[in-house]
Order: sequence, then structure tokens, then C-alpha cells
Amino acid sequence: MASASPTPKSLLVQGYEVVIGFETHAQLSTQSKIFSRASTAFGAEPNTQACAVDLALPGTLPVMNKGAVERAIEFGLAVGSHIAPRSIFARKNYFYPDLPKGYQISQFEIPVVQGGSVEFFLGEEKKSVRLVRAHLEEDAGKSLHEDFIGQTGIDLNRAGTPLLEIVTEPDMRSSAEAVAYAKELHKIVTWIGICDGNMQEGSFRCDANVSVRKPGAELGTRREIKNLNSFKFMQQAIDFEIRWQIEEIEDGRAIQQATVLFNPDTGETRAMRTKEDAADYRYFPDPDLPPLCISEQWVQEVRGRMAELPRVMAQRFVRDYGLSEYDATQLTQSLALSSYFEATTKTCGEAKLAGNWIMGEVSRRLNAQDLSIDQAPVRPLALGQLIGRISDGTISNNAARQVFDALWDGSGADVDAVIEAKGLRQMNDSSELEKIVEDVLAANAKNVAEFKAGNEKALNALVGQIMKASKGKANPQQVNTVLRAKLAA
Amino acid sequence: MTHSLSTHSLHDLSVHDLALALKNKQVSAVEAAGHFLVRSSAHANLGTYVALNEATTLAQAQAADQRIAQGSAGTLEGVPIAHKDIFVTRDFVTTAGSRMLKGYRSPFDATVVAKLASAGVVTLGKLNCDEFAMGSSNENSAIAPVGCDTVTPVRNPWNIERIPGGSSGGSAAAVAARLAPAATGTDTGGSIRQPAAFCGITGIKPTYGRASRYGMVAFASSLDQAGPMARSAQDCALLLSSLCGPDLDRDSTSLDMPAEDYSRNLNDSIEGLRIGVPQEFFGEGLSDDVRASVEAALKQYEQLGAKLVPIQLPRTELSIPVYYIIAPAEASSNLSRFDGVKFGHRAAQYTDLADMYKKTRAEGFGDEVKRRIMIGAYVLSHGYYDAYYLQAQKIRRMIADDFQNAFKQCDVIAGPVAPTVAWKLGEKSDDPVANYLADIFTLPASLAGLPGMSIPVGFSQAAQDKGMPIGMQLIGNYFGEARLLNAAHRFQQATDFHSAKPAGY
Repeated sequence: MASASPTPKSLLVQGYEVVIGFETHAQLSTQSKIFSRASTAFGAEPNTQACAVDLALPGTLPVMNKGAVERAIEFGLAVGSHIAPRSIFARKNYFYPDLPKGYQISQFEIPVVQGGSVEFFLGEEKKSVRLVRAHLEEDAGKSLHEDFIGQTGIDLNRAGTPLLEIVTEPDMRSSAEAVAYAKELHKIVTWIGICDGNMQEGSFRCDANVSVRKPGAELGTRREIKNLNSFKFMQQAIDFEIRWQIEEIEDGRAIQQATVLFNPDTGETRAMRTKEDAADYRYFPDPDLPPLCISEQWVQEVRGRMAELPRVMAQRFVRDYGLSEYDATQLTQSLALSSYFEATTKTCGEAKLAGNWIMGEVSRRLNAQDLSIDQAPVRPLALGQLIGRISDGTISNNAARQVFDALWDGSGADVDAVIEAKGLRQMNDSSELEKIVEDVLAANAKNVAEFKAGNEKALNALVGQIMKASKGKANPQQVNTVLRAKLAA
Repeated sequence: MTHSLSTHSLHDLSVHDLALALKNKQVSAVEAAGHFLVRSSAHANLGTYVALNEATTLAQAQAADQRIAQGSAGTLEGVPIAHKDIFVTRDFVTTAGSRMLKGYRSPFDATVVAKLASAGVVTLGKLNCDEFAMGSSNENSAIAPVGCDTVTPVRNPWNIERIPGGSSGGSAAAVAARLAPAATGTDTGGSIRQPAAFCGITGIKPTYGRASRYGMVAFASSLDQAGPMARSAQDCALLLSSLCGPDLDRDSTSLDMPAEDYSRNLNDSIEGLRIGVPQEFFGEGLSDDVRASVEAALKQYEQLGAKLVPIQLPRTELSIPVYYIIAPAEASSNLSRFDGVKFGHRAAQYTDLADMYKKTRAEGFGDEVKRRIMIGAYVLSHGYYDAYYLQAQKIRRMIADDFQNAFKQCDVIAGPVAPTVAWKLGEKSDDPVANYLADIFTLPASLAGLPGMSIPVGFSQAAQDKGMPIGMQLIGNYFGEARLLNAAHRFQQATDFHSAKPAGY
């Protein structure tokens, strides 16, 4: 079922409406595997993190990892889903060398997380993508075709790694919306800490189901683009797929349901297998695992341990710090960023200034150097002190930028030390300033006369002279006040 | 150390008496183990053992003797027993009766094996069984027994031209022939109870979930259950107390209930015990000799003070199709791991991956296993699942409900274990359906997950089957093992069928 509102004309591609649904495999951040005690750490030597259960040795049995269940519950709570009080593990039977048992344990008919939605902004527009379900399952191992001539190596380290497969309704209508959804989902799972979100290592893998149709027509036949492991490729792959499908239809060829792979080198998608090859997985409830029962009490315990969700936090920022909705949304893009903001604000007590500095100077530097907020050389304490020195009048904004630069590039270690070392302290001694003002007025009789004749611009020239004489240390506001008082005298 | 016990009669001692003799240092664990190893090779023609490892057995026995000397003996310290080759063991090869696992060595011991070892049990070796526990005659093993050059069936010590029953046929034959004081078995649809009946010994399958399935090569996960096979209810109680108990970290279907001492209530009176007699177990197809012995046993129970209550188990017949859908369905999936990739047999020659799979599995599995994999894959297939698997699960639930209705009127249920005595080797090997039909009385309790046991109640008087043992089945309600063992023990105190010994052993 598609969303109710009709797709605006501007989103149609050559007169076709694009329909996209997502299936995302989020690797859950448990220390051990979903049904065994082997480690889930990435990057170990092949087959060193596969225990008897993972190898499916005769006599081994699966035992559910409670941590994986709790992460599924956390996700369900974060996206407003129903947490099924009783869900069932099923066996998906097929033969493949990297599938040790000859079946994958997954959830089929009754998943643990049901319904819910992911909300995000696409530009100015608020979007909501409905979720069908999210279910727990185990990952397979890896087939290594490259390193063995004429043979395939099997690495079972990944076998049994816990996954949460998150399935949407076909609610998205453009590649941009699809990417925005994926980014928001990525933000949610990393925010609540159930997944490390590392796309290169395969911790967050997206499959996009793409079809096109004339507006108002029945859903077109979909093709599934597998394993989109970067947001950039995601958009490229979907855009290519949309154009390809439209061309096929325009040329009079029907779309065949298929699974396709995106090749980043060619920028093209290519069919891997068609529906005719689809296996009969002979799903049936796994007799080794009793139904997964989740009590309301367990759900409440998990809820109690959960960190504040981004949506809720943004509302709090608006309410408590007086930020605009836009700023609040920007500052809750990641848990790390929001923590940075809150720590800075706590130090200086100036939320708006802190927000402006973080979204301005800090972001610009991070982007330029491709750093994450955790890697920012200026930590919240220092930034907070710096902002404090602006607000207490010690330094000007211009001077603050110089201090920030010094802190960022490491040439200065402490805010006050840099201010002193560079002599950036504003002149707050009024007798000293008055002396300078009097000297400047005496030396610039022409400007004084012009001002008194009604030329306001003449004042700027005087201010400039005073700032110059103070070597930039005078507080511009104070200069203005003193100057006007002297001229009026 | 003085040994007043003469070793030539060691094999006639019960587990109970042997444990006592070991504890009292009348015999050493090394002597006991050695005695049974010698007997096992002397009677290799029975084909019971498929793996022996004398050095390991004697080392275990020595360790047991040390613990006895140090006064740190377990309840079964030094008692030698053998395990059905469906339990994986570190020190003995585990084959599950299949070419697929020929020479396979497990890196760990099954929980049942480990629990018995921690009670002090010494392992004599591994016992033959039907391939992956599929069969009721033990003719489906693909493994040549110790001392035999070729694959040869296990023989019934009461008549070596007869089958011992299955799938725990090696266990039953070895215990009957005194080649081990006791053995472990597993029961999926009757694989402890039926061979125990055919070999004139006592065996019990506890409530599903009572014994850990970890380390049992899986046949049908929702049915498989381990249990002891011995010569008396008293011995079964001793062993069952040691091998049961929760194993929550390894088996999700293990029940979170503490282990029980099943010996405690053995001697309780059975005055007033209500024994349910299901009319469906005494209908057409039950041979006259089995009927006569079971009815005589029921009379004996009446004399012991029990009351017979006629009950109905109306879906008894349906248990055959239900079982032969559910068990193969689970088996077809459980056996998928035998693909030649990680362990076990792999075809020597193949052209590609699909060819490797096909040849490996074609060569590695026997006919009965292949038959069940095909049945299982079929009933789980898209379009057939609802009509077969789902329907079977519904009827399975109704069969369990029938038992609960029956237990409103009775404490235990009694009836025959099998319609006939052990048949001749080869008699039914070309007729799988005839084999399946012979499981009719053991399947219902399996499907319901109830504890069931088999006790010897007589010998056939029929000319063609003369002298073959007959067993009676006792079925209890969930967690009713103690009551079953109590009822069986009282019967065995009043009778001597369980003490009878096949000639020549």
C-alpha cells in the first residue's frame, strides 16, 4: 500500500512515479553472537571466531542472546513499534557453503518488532516512512573467492552475528527520499547504540526494492538492489535503476522480478538472479528455540535504560535552551554532536552562542578536515570557556576567532593563556579609553566638525581611529558610548 | 585392598550392587571395566559396540579408583557403562551409525555423557544404532561393529537371528547380553522403549526437556530425548538421577527444574495406584502372545493393589502419520549440515558445488535417511506445508490433550510397547511402512512429550517366536518419572522377568 497523498508532478521521472521500499540489515552491537558465545569482533583471522555452535558441529544447539533481544526492543521503542509479547524463530532452509547448518535462523511469520515509523526532514518537508516489521536473525559466514585459485575459502567468523532486519512499506518516492530515510535510520540505530553503523564493514546494509508506475496505476514489478554499502552509491544505484526500468517499459519490455547488484565502477545495476531461480526455503518454526516471550516488565526495564531519543532531545533544546527548531534539529544529528553542544553550553551558559559556534566555526573545520565531532581538537570545555570570554566582554568576536584558531591548530592550549599571549584582552578600563578618545578627538577636529554638522559617517572614521589607537583592544560598544558622550558634551 | 567378590559374576551385578561393591572396594573400577571389555570382545558377533578405546576406558577407571581411595567418589563412581553412538564424545569416535560421520571426533562431550562422567561413570565404548536414530530394527546402521570386518546388523542375544529393535538396538542388546551393566539410549518415537522390550530389559524416556539434548546428534529436535537402559527400574532410577537436570546455557528446550533423586520413592506402596488401560492399545494387530503377557502383568498389578481403569486415547492411530510428518520434517532440516563442507564425509570427485553436495549426500546417507529427508522436504514445501506439517502439529496437540483427559482418571497408563516380539533379521527391511506401523504404541507419548518406560513382562509362548521377550509400556504424566519408576520397581520386586538372562551370556 502506498501513502495516501499523491506524488507531486515535480517528483515524477519522465511521467513515472517511483516507488521504493527498504530492507536494512543492522548488525547488533552485542559482544557475542546471537545463538552462541563466540565473539562478534570484526577483522579477526578467518575462522578464529567460530565456535562449535557456529560451525554447526553435530549435537550443538542455539541459545538466544538476551542482549540481541534487548537491542531489538530498544529499536522498536525508538520508532514507536509494537513489541510482540511472543515471537517465533523459524528456519530458512537452503544450501550454501557459508551457511553452516544448512538453514538460517530468522523470524518469519511472527517478528519481534511490528509496525512503527521513521520520521525525517527532506529539505523543508517532513516525511514519515512506515515500517512493516523488524526481526532478529543470524548472519551467514563469508565466501572468499579472491585468495584461492580455483577454490573458494569459507570464513565463518561472521556466521551467527546478530542482525535486525528492518523492513519498510514502499513509501518512498525518490532516491533522495530513500537516502534521507536511510540516513535517518542510520542515525537512530547508532544513536541508541544498537549498531555501530559502520557501512564499510557491513554493519549497516541496505537493500532497496525499486519499481516505477504511471501515477494511479497498480504497483509495478520491483527489482531488489542488494547490499548498498554507502549513501552515495545508494542514490546512484537507485537513480540508475529508475532510468533503466523506465527505458525497459518505454521500449515495451516488461520488468522481471529480480535481485540486482550495483557496480560502483560502472555505475550500473545488474541482475544476479530472477524470480524463476527463487528457492523454496521450506520455512518452519525452529524446534530448538521456544517462542521468544517478552513481558511488559522487560520492555519497561529496557525503556528505563534507554538514552533520550533525538526527536525528544530536539524538543527539549527548543524548550530549555530557546533554540529554533532548525538549530535544535541540527544539533541532534548525532548523540556525539548533541553531547558536545550540551557540554559546551554547560560551561558557558550561552546556548545560542554555543549552537552558533558549533554549527559555524566547529562544523566548518570538521568538514574541511573530514573529522567527526569526537575528533575535534577543541573540546567542549575549551569552547565553553572561549564563549564565556566573549560574553563577559574579555575579548571581541574577532579576537575569539583568533583564539579558536590557536586552540584548533594546537599552538595554544588554554583559552586565557592564548588571550594573554596574543594580547587580545579588550580594554575595559574606562579612564584609559577616555584618554584615547580625547586624544583622537583632539587630533581629528575635521571629523568632529563634520559629525556635529550632521554627518553620521564621520563617527565611523573616529571609531576606526580609536580602535587603531587601542590596538584593537577597546570594546567597540564601549567606544561608541564614550565617543557619543564626549561629542555631545 | 581385599577383593572378596569373584570377577566371573561381575557382569550379573546390577548397577546398584556394582556401585556398592566398588564403593566397598570389593572390586576395583579397573577390574570391572576390564571384565566388560573382555566380554565385549568375546561377544563381538552381536555387533553391539562400534567404538572401543581400551586405554581411555582404563584411564577413566584408574581415576575412579583413585577417587574411591581418596573418599571423593561420586554416586556411580567406577561403574562402567556404554553410550549410544548418537551422543558425541571427545574420547571416542561418534558416527551416529552413518557413513557421513565415519571417523568423526567431537571436540566436546554431550551433556548427558559429561553428567554421568561427573557422577563417576566409566565409559566402556559406543554402541551401535540405526543411522541418525532412524529405524526400529537397528538394520539401518552403516558402521561395521568392533571386531567385524563388514557392516553387519546388531543381533538380539535372545535369538541371534532376530533384530534387537531400534534405534537404540546396540544399547539394548549389550545390556541384555551383560556386555555393559547399563547403557544410554535416545528415544524419538520409541527408540529406548521398543528395543528394551525386544531385548527383555528396562528403559525409560523422561519428560521432553528433562535430559539435555546438547551433544545428541539431532534427529527430530522436538521429540529427541535421552534416557537410561538397564536391567531393572532400580538401576534406571540411579542413572536417570545423574543424567537429567537443567542445561539452560546449551539447550533452550532444557527445562529449568532441578535434578531429582529418582531412587527415593522406588519402594513406595502402589496400593490404590490407578492404572489407565487404553482400549486402543489392545485392538486388532496386537499379537496374542504380547496381549497375554501384558494382560497378565496388569493382573499382577491388581494383586499389588493397583486399580485398572479403562481409558481412551482416541487418536492413537493418527500418531503414525503425524509422527512420520513431523519427525522427517525436522530431520530434513537437521541433517542439512551434513554437506561435505565442514566435517564428515565429502565425495572424492565432483565437478562443482552442486555436484559436491549431491554426491556427498548420496554417498553419505543410507536409504532410510534419504527417504525421511525426502518426506520431510516434501511436507515443508511451499503449497504442502499447511496441509501436512501444520495439520500434523494441530493433531499432535490434540494427542497431547487426549493424554491430559486420560490422566484425569488415572495416575499412569499401561499397555504393550510393540504389537509383536522382535522379528527376524531382514524380515521387514524391504517394507518401511511395516516398520513404521510397529511404532504405533510408542509414538503417542513421544508426540505428547510424556515420560514412558518399558519393563519386561514375559516371553512369547508362540511356536514361531518362542522365548522372545515381551515388554510392557508405562506412560506417566509430565515429570512423573518417579512414579513410573516406583510402579516398575514394585512390579519387578514381585516378578523375575527382568532377571532372566539369555542363554550363553
